[in-house]
Parts: sequence; structure tokens; C-alpha cells
Amino acid sequence: MLIRDEEMTFMRNRQAANLLFELSQPGRRAAAYPLCDVPTRPLSELLPSNQLASQSPDLPELTEPDVIRHFTNLSTLNMSVDTHFYPLGSCTMKYNPKRHERLASLPGLVDLHPYQTEDAQQGMLAILFELQQMLGEIAGLPAVSLQPAAGAHGEMTALLTAAAYFHDRGEKRTKVLFPQSAHGTNPASAAIAGFDCVQLKGQADGFVDLEELKANLDDKTAVFMITNPNTLGLFERDIAKISHLLHDVGGLVYIDGANMNAILGITRPGDFGGDMMHYNVHKTFTGPHGSGGPGAGPIAVRDFLADYLPGPIVTRTSSEGTNRFQLTTPAKSIGRVRSHFGNVGILLRGYLYLRTLGAAGLKAVSEQAVLNANYLRAKLEDVLPVPHGERCMHEFVASAQQSKTEKGITALDIAKRLLDYGYYAPTVYFPLVVPEALMVEPTETESQQTLDDFADTIRTILNESPEFLHSAPHATPVSRPDEVKAGRQLVLRWKR
Amino acid sequence: MSNSAPPVINFGLRRLIAAFSWLRLSVGHEAQTANATMNRRTPKRESEFVVAYLFNTPESQADMLRTIGVGSVEELFDQVPRELRLARPLQLPPPLSEIELESHLRYIVRQSAGASGQVSFLGGGIYDHFIPAAVDAIAGRSEFYTSYTPYQAEASQGSLQTFFEYQTLICQLTGMDVSNASLYEGATAMVEAVLMAMRVTGRRGKVIVLGSVHPEYRETLATYLRHFDTEIVTVPTPQGTADPGDVTRLIDDRTAAVIVQHPNFFGCLESPREIFAAAKQRGALSISVFDPISLGILERPADHGADIAVAEGQSLGIPLQYGGPYLGIFACRQEYLRQMPGRLIGETVDREGRRCFVLTLGTREQHIRRDKATSNICTNQGLLAVRATVYLSLLGPRGLREVAELCCQKAHYAAEQLTANTGLKLAFDRPFFKEFVLRCPDDATAITQRVRSAGDIGPAFNRFSTLAGEFGAIANNLLLVAVTESRTKSQIDCLAKTIRSECSSATKK
Amino acid sequence: MAPGHLKYAKTHEWLSLAGDVGTIGISDFAVKELTDLVYMGLPNVGKKLSAGDVFGEIESVKAVSDLYAPVSGEVIEVNSNIPNDLDLLSKDAFGKGWLIKMRLSNPAEATTLLDAAAYEQQCAAGH
Repeated sequence: MLIRDEEMTFMRNRQAANLLFELSQPGRRAAAYPLCDVPTRPLSELLPSNQLASQSPDLPELTEPDVIRHFTNLSTLNMSVDTHFYPLGSCTMKYNPKRHERLASLPGLVDLHPYQTEDAQQGMLAILFELQQMLGEIAGLPAVSLQPAAGAHGEMTALLTAAAYFHDRGEKRTKVLFPQSAHGTNPASAAIAGFDCVQLKGQADGFVDLEELKANLDDKTAVFMITNPNTLGLFERDIAKISHLLHDVGGLVYIDGANMNAILGITRPGDFGGDMMHYNVHKTFTGPHGSGGPGAGPIAVRDFLADYLPGPIVTRTSSEGTNRFQLTTPAKSIGRVRSHFGNVGILLRGYLYLRTLGAAGLKAVSEQAVLNANYLRAKLEDVLPVPHGERCMHEFVASAQQSKTEKGITALDIAKRLLDYGYYAPTVYFPLVVPEALMVEPTETESQQTLDDFADTIRTILNESPEFLHSAPHATPVSRPDEVKAGRQLVLRWKR
Repeated sequence: MSNSAPPVINFGLRRLIAAFSWLRLSVGHEAQTANATMNRRTPKRESEFVVAYLFNTPESQADMLRTIGVGSVEELFDQVPRELRLARPLQLPPPLSEIELESHLRYIVRQSAGASGQVSFLGGGIYDHFIPAAVDAIAGRSEFYTSYTPYQAEASQGSLQTFFEYQTLICQLTGMDVSNASLYEGATAMVEAVLMAMRVTGRRGKVIVLGSVHPEYRETLATYLRHFDTEIVTVPTPQGTADPGDVTRLIDDRTAAVIVQHPNFFGCLESPREIFAAAKQRGALSISVFDPISLGILERPADHGADIAVAEGQSLGIPLQYGGPYLGIFACRQEYLRQMPGRLIGETVDREGRRCFVLTLGTREQHIRRDKATSNICTNQGLLAVRATVYLSLLGPRGLREVAELCCQKAHYAAEQLTANTGLKLAFDRPFFKEFVLRCPDDATAITQRVRSAGDIGPAFNRFSTLAGEFGAIANNLLLVAVTESRTKSQIDCLAKTIRSECSSATKK
Repeated sequence: MAPGHLKYAKTHEWLSLAGDVGTIGISDFAVKELTDLVYMGLPNVGKKLSAGDVFGEIESVKAVSDLYAPVSGEVIEVNSNIPNDLDLLSKDAFGKGWLIKMRLSNPAEATTLLDAAAYEQQCAAGH
């Protein structure tokens, strides 16, 4: 049993982790710029004096070693994929290859200004064009926009695209449908895109209730949004029927691609009836998650929606064996959804990943992700039952209801205690259809040994004293922050 | 008139095609060839891939399958209906080992003539500002870049405290009360500000935006509002800035927000104080789109009365990387806190009373409030917020002031040199910060081509359909020039000299 | 325990009537269900409401609920202590934790509300 005690902070440098303004000392500085080498004039001659600041910005004063030691110490307070198993369900926390970091930083890519001439962009455009093709092929949906900055942005972009398509056809479709278990971004994106949201109750087994769906379909139905595999880690067995139902009333099917890691090269959204989808490049194609972004949320759609996609899109003209790439805005485009091309730095990492894997490698990713998830599920099932499905895809949702009832050990207790043992916690209490939910996604880049140890650790935890667990974690830098205090007495910035 | 066509640049495109040959093969009947080629190469390549990122040897795989109780990996996919399965391999290019991948990429990059090492006078909202090495050192720590949204506060204090410091620095910089922990980039940050202004004011009738706001931001706004009945009124700025009186007359009791970019897209200083005062009087919210670097010398958005301050944060230590990922900065007055989009980090104490940081006010967000959320944003720009935080703490008050002064002085020197005996003129007679618009005697794009040896200038106005519409034929002759602290006198002199010699025919005319 | 002299809405608001002035709050059952309250949003005086309209919202760390007017009328007073002292709700939901006072435009509506016994039955059933 771990001891709660100041000594448990090991080698922490608490002083350097004080806030920047607390570390600040007047007169210190880290950056010194060269003297101005052009003839200068007083600023008051160049700019209206009533628009000039009366004093320098009020920022902390630090040396470079101050700054480095501060942030380096802070970084060690994080768990991360490089340091820990991070089975955060629905987030696909797989290994981020180092080659991507080096290559995405090559001069000519990292320093390319989007307003450089088209000549200077040809290499970049060639890469992005190829990425559009690859994403179209993996989706089974040929038209791709790389613009969206993240999954939610992709959802909204696709819904605006659909709205433009319906508008063009003179159809007034106002409703977007989604299952109760949908990610919160689905309804939020639909609302921003101007649709009314209709939430469908699911069946007890976690799948879409076809009768409930039918009852809500009519000529006002625009889009049905569905995550497949769903948030329980199960492949929506009736997806083909669902798509037919939507298409029969003239609606479209949107596939939330959050869980694409399960089906790469196995089945394609376009082949099971999806008309539009987004990828999360930061999940499936291993753009690193960056403490919460940046992501990239490209969308792929059917050819009849291509004309409505946001611009710019990379297009190619070939003549006499010579390729030329250019940026084009589709004919009936909804317009831009952001400035510039997209989150290219993340898209590049996705490109490099796909070029490393190839078709067989990509399929192996999904196979191994599904194998790892099922193995871990099997190792844990007797102590953490999984209420839905006999087997899972790339993740599973276990329930701590039994341990809560029998011993008073909740999903939150398990999650917090796992941190002590050096494991990041699974996603907890989502989806809501599973009581005391623990959503576990091991990904393909973990070994059998790691999964075994993780399973053993959960067993150990379930045999620990509930009281001890309620106050876990015990070995982390802080424990059970007071969220009520944070919410009531809001302190959202340091103040002098 | 131009006396020669732009030089034809040879990229060695034939070889570029070789690198992308699968693309040509992946259409029509030729696809089979691609498959065949790929399949022949697969066994060797796959093993290489497996060595790189996957763990399970055939032995461990067999052991795992036994534990699960199935005979094969294939069996695990039984829940995917057979008729929906892809019966062929994906048509993707063959896999590359690390060494091949690197040479492939280096090869492609080389095809981009002058993409790298060019002297850059390019502007338009993102700039070639210097990035201190310490920014890369911290952002390159994988504890930051391979972690995710700090859901488990106990295992994420590094990110949480850094974002709290980011919020603090943005508030200090702008004078605003609260900042969120980042949005995607400048344009969507501006749109989120408009959507928030609509919620706060309860008005959806009208949004007023100056014509001097970045055209791509205005296009993004139009896309987001296309399904609303909201009227977007654009105030023309043919002289480079808006007349505050013109703006004031347009503000009515249907107006949700007035948007001013300052310094504006043309680099010129607007009169936000007057415009925002008028907006306040009529109950509309004032949205300031600012340049973070300019705040080294210019008064803060809060000082001129902004209710919401948004910015593209790329200038704060983020590389250009062809358009993103960047950083959407979003700060506002305290009273609008509960209507803010995006994540917020708050300070609290843990059960031992130690100071710590948590995600807070989550009830505004999509995972709780769903279709009633203040925004649909989930994944934001965490790592870029880390970069901006490190950048600002390195520069401090004096560093940021120096950068701003250098930009301003050098831009004014450049404006003088580039209009001295070159035939080019300043398009607008307005005070500017680090960017200015040149009016060329002939096609601006052609000039950018002809002076490339001395540096990239632009963008030309005709690159933006919105500006082309607003400025008419003259848009073809207008050109933006940006000068950062990274430019030197000799680079500026060289550009001026090149323009003089390249444009001599135009000058004589 | 739901006090007997109050009327209750299915959505957990209570009403105490004195002439045509109604005092409205939320039940301690609802307060306990929400746990960890962090914020209460209340309307301004003068706001006109119809029965069933949203008049405010209550937030805990991980949830948010709308508050519904049990009767129609105009808001004439708001408990200004509440936003700064949410503990009043957990300590005294039926007393010092009142939220708003309304002048009822149709006092007859109050008869459609639940009595304490019916409301307790609903809570016991877990709704």
C-alpha cells in the first residue's frame, strides 16, 4: 500500500512549477532582439499617439532557463502515450511515430506560407492531393475536403454541405437524427448547421432501434448521424437497413468516423450506406493529440455532394505526362469553413502514416486493435462484465456496477486508482446506457504484456479497501481536485 | 505593361509523377495492376511495418486468440456482415520503410521551387516571425504532444496549468477578463464571437463587418450564417480604413455585433474606439480582431472598448506549415463568461488543500449541453496554446515590445524604399503597423513572380474573390507586403532594387 | 420530506401561494439528485412567464437542468442571496432557498399541481 506523505512527491521541483508570474523577477529576459538596422523614427511619428499603448504589455519577466525548467517540470506532471498505457476509450491513443515529427518539420513544408506562389506549393499540393485520394479510397466515398480542423468541425461542414445539396434540390429538410448514445458533438454540430435535433432512444442491446427510427423518418429528415462501430464498440449490425430506410425517404447517412480504427480495410462507410463521414486524423491516423489538439477532421462524401464541399480542394491537371496541382473551389461550394487550407501539420502526419502502412499494414492495424481489445475484454470479463455484445471491435464498455453493488467500488474509484499504478484511466461514465461505464480502447500499439499487467492491476484494485480507493489516487501530484469549488469560485486566470 | 512572361519553372515534374504513379493506376482498369504490384511487395513490407509499431508475434497472437476463445483474428470480425466487407485490398500506394519514406518526402519537397529559404514578405494574417528554439524544445516534449484533453486532472496537471497560464497571458495581453483555452484559428474564432454576440444580445438581424477584415474570415462568417436570416452588412473600405461615421450609421437595434480588425487586413489602423462606443450605445457587442504582436506597442482591445477580442495566434511561436494548425485566441468580458465557447481551466485545491487546476464550466460544452451547447468544439488546439504560452513567457514585456517596434520600423522603411523610384505607390494613405498595400502599375501577380529572387511578396488582392469583387479591376494591381522582425535592411534594400530593375519598363511608361 | 402546505410540479419546482403571489423554489429531492451545485441562473424582475416556460437553470459540475415555471405570471422578486450562496438550497430548499416570487395571472393553474403526497410518490418511484 502506498503511503500518503510529502515524501511521496519523489524528486518533484515544486518551486519551478510555480506560476509564471510568481517566478517573474523584474529585469529578467529570455529573448533579446538585434538593434534595429534601418533608420528609425519615433513611434509617435509613425502611428497615432492616441492608439499607442501607454506601457509595455504586462507579461512575466523570465530567463530562458526559468522558462525551460518551468515547463519541463510541468510536462512531467502529465501522463502521455509515450510514457504510459493510455486506454482512453473513443480517443484512439495509439503510438505516434517519431518519423512523422521529423518529416513534417522539413523545410519546404513547415515554413511554407499558404500565399506563396502555386509553383512553390506544388510538392505540398501533390501530397495533399494524394491524401485526398487515399482518404476517399479508405472511406469508399470519393470526394474529400481536408479543411475541417477537427471531428466536430468536420461534422458541421458535412451537415452544411448536405443542407446546400437539399436547398439546391428545392427540398426543405429540417431534421437531423442521432441515437441517444451519440457523441455530444453530433447534436451540437447539427444545431450550429441550423438543423432541429431529434434524439432516438436506443434498444436495450445498444443498437439502433429500427422501429423508433422508422417512426421518426419523413420528408423533413435531412441526415441520420451514426457512429459505426458505435460508442459501445459494436458494429451496428443493421447499418445497411438503416441506410436504406434513410435513402428511401430521401435523407442522407452521416458516419461519425471516431471509431474508424476498427474497420480500416475491413469495410468502408461508403460500402455500408454512409453518404458522408469525417475522419479524426489525430485518432485513427496518429496525428499526436497534443494535450487536446490540434486535430484534423477531413470529410469524405459521395460524388453527388462533391460540388457543395467547402473550398479549396486540391485538383490535378495532367497534360503530356506532366502533373500540375492547383487549389479549386467546387462549383456550388458552401464556401470556406476556416481560413487557409486546413490543419496541414496534422494532415501530413496522417499522410506519412498511410504511406508507411500501405493497404496491408492498415488492415493489420484494425486487426490488431480488435485483437487487443477482445483480449483485454476476455481477461477482465469475470470481474468487469461487459453488458453489450459477445465480442467487441476496437474498444469495449465494461461496467463496474457489480463491484459497486458488492463492494462499493465505483468506476471512478477504479479510474483514479489506475493512475497510481501508472495507467491512464479509461473513459468513464460514457456512454450513459451502461451503468458505471469504463470505456477501454487499448489500440494496436500495446503488447500482450502491457494488457496482462493492466488486467492484473484492475484485479488488484478490486481487492483493495473501498475506503482507500475512494480517496485515490494516492501517488499522483494532486488528488481529487475540488471541482465544486472550481465551479463556484471561478478563478480562470492569475491576477496581481 | 509586363515585358516578359513569368519565367517557367521546371519542377522536374516527370519525376514527381513517378513518385505518385499509383494515383494514375488507381483509376479504372489499371487498378488491377496497382493491386498486383502491391500484393507482390506486401509480405516483405508488412513485416517491416509490424516491427515498427505492432507487438504481437504469431505466438502471442495465437495465445491471445486462445484466451478469447476464437480460432482466428478473422473470426473477431464476424459481427461485420459479410456482404458489407471489402472483398479486395484497399488501393493504396505500397508501404515505405522509414528510410524510403524520408527520401520520398525529401524528394517531393525538393520539387517545390523556392518553397524554403525564401525571404518572406508575405502577410495576410500569418507571418514569418522568428520562433525561439525554446518553443520547439517544450512543444517537442512528448508529455505534452502525446497526451490528450486533460480529463483526469491528477494525471494532467502539466497541461492544465499550462492552459491556465495561457488564459492568464491572453488576458494580460488583451486586457480582457477571461480567455478560453483555445479555438481552431482566427476565422472560426471570429465566427464564434459573432455567434456568442447573438446569444448575448438575443439579436439575429444584422452583423456589421468592415470590408478591411480578412477576406477569408468574412467568407467563413458567410458560410456559418448562410442558413440564418442574419444580414451581414459589409462596410466598404476603399481608402484602406472605415469612416467611423459610416459604421455608426449602420448600427441599429437589430445589430448583434460590429467586427473591426485592427490593424486590419491591409495593415492599416482603424478607429475602433469610436466604432465600439457607437456599438455600445445601441446595445451591439464589439468584436476586435487583433494581431497579438501589435500589442507590444498598440493599446489593448479592452482599452478601445472591445467586448470580445479574437485573434489568429500563429504569430506567437507557431510555424507557417501551409495554413495550419494555428491557434484561435478568444477572450471576452467577465459578464459573457457563461456564453463562451471552448474549454476553460480553473484553479482549485485538491483534497489536501494543494493548489491545482481542472477543466471547469463544462456545462456550457457539447458533451453536457449537446444541441444547446455554446459551441460544437471538442478537440481544440492544445499544443499550439502551449507554444504561445512558452513564446510569450520567453519574450516578456520587453521582448514583445521590441518585436513590435522592429516590425513597425522595418515596415515603414520598406514602404519608403519599395515606393522610391519603383513605379509602385502606397495604395492607402493611412497609418499602418507591419503591413501595407502597394499599388502596382500593372498586374501585381506578375510583379511577385518577377521579384521572387529577392523575396516573396503578397498576397495579391486578386487571389481573393471577395476582394476582387469589392475593389474591381484595381484588385489586380494591389499587393500586400508584410515586414517582420526577421527581415533585415539588406533584404529590404535588395527587394527594392529588384523591383526597380524589374519594373523599369513600367516606370518609364 | 415534502412539506404539506406546498404544491409541486412534476419537474420538481414547488409553489407556495399567498393571494395572487406565488413563491417558487425547487425541492430538496431535486437538489440532492443534482449534487455539487455550482451555478444558478435566475430571471430578471419583470419577466413574464407562462406555465411551463423555462425561468432559469441550475448547474452542477457535470449536469445542467432547466427550471420551469409551475404557473403563469410576472416575476416580482428574485432571491438575490442564491447565486452567491448555493448552500442555501441544500440547507433549506423549502425556505431560505426559495428562488423567485411571481404575481400569478391565473391562480387557478395552481390546482393542477401535485400535492405533497403525490409528489413524494413520484420521487419514490425514482423520477
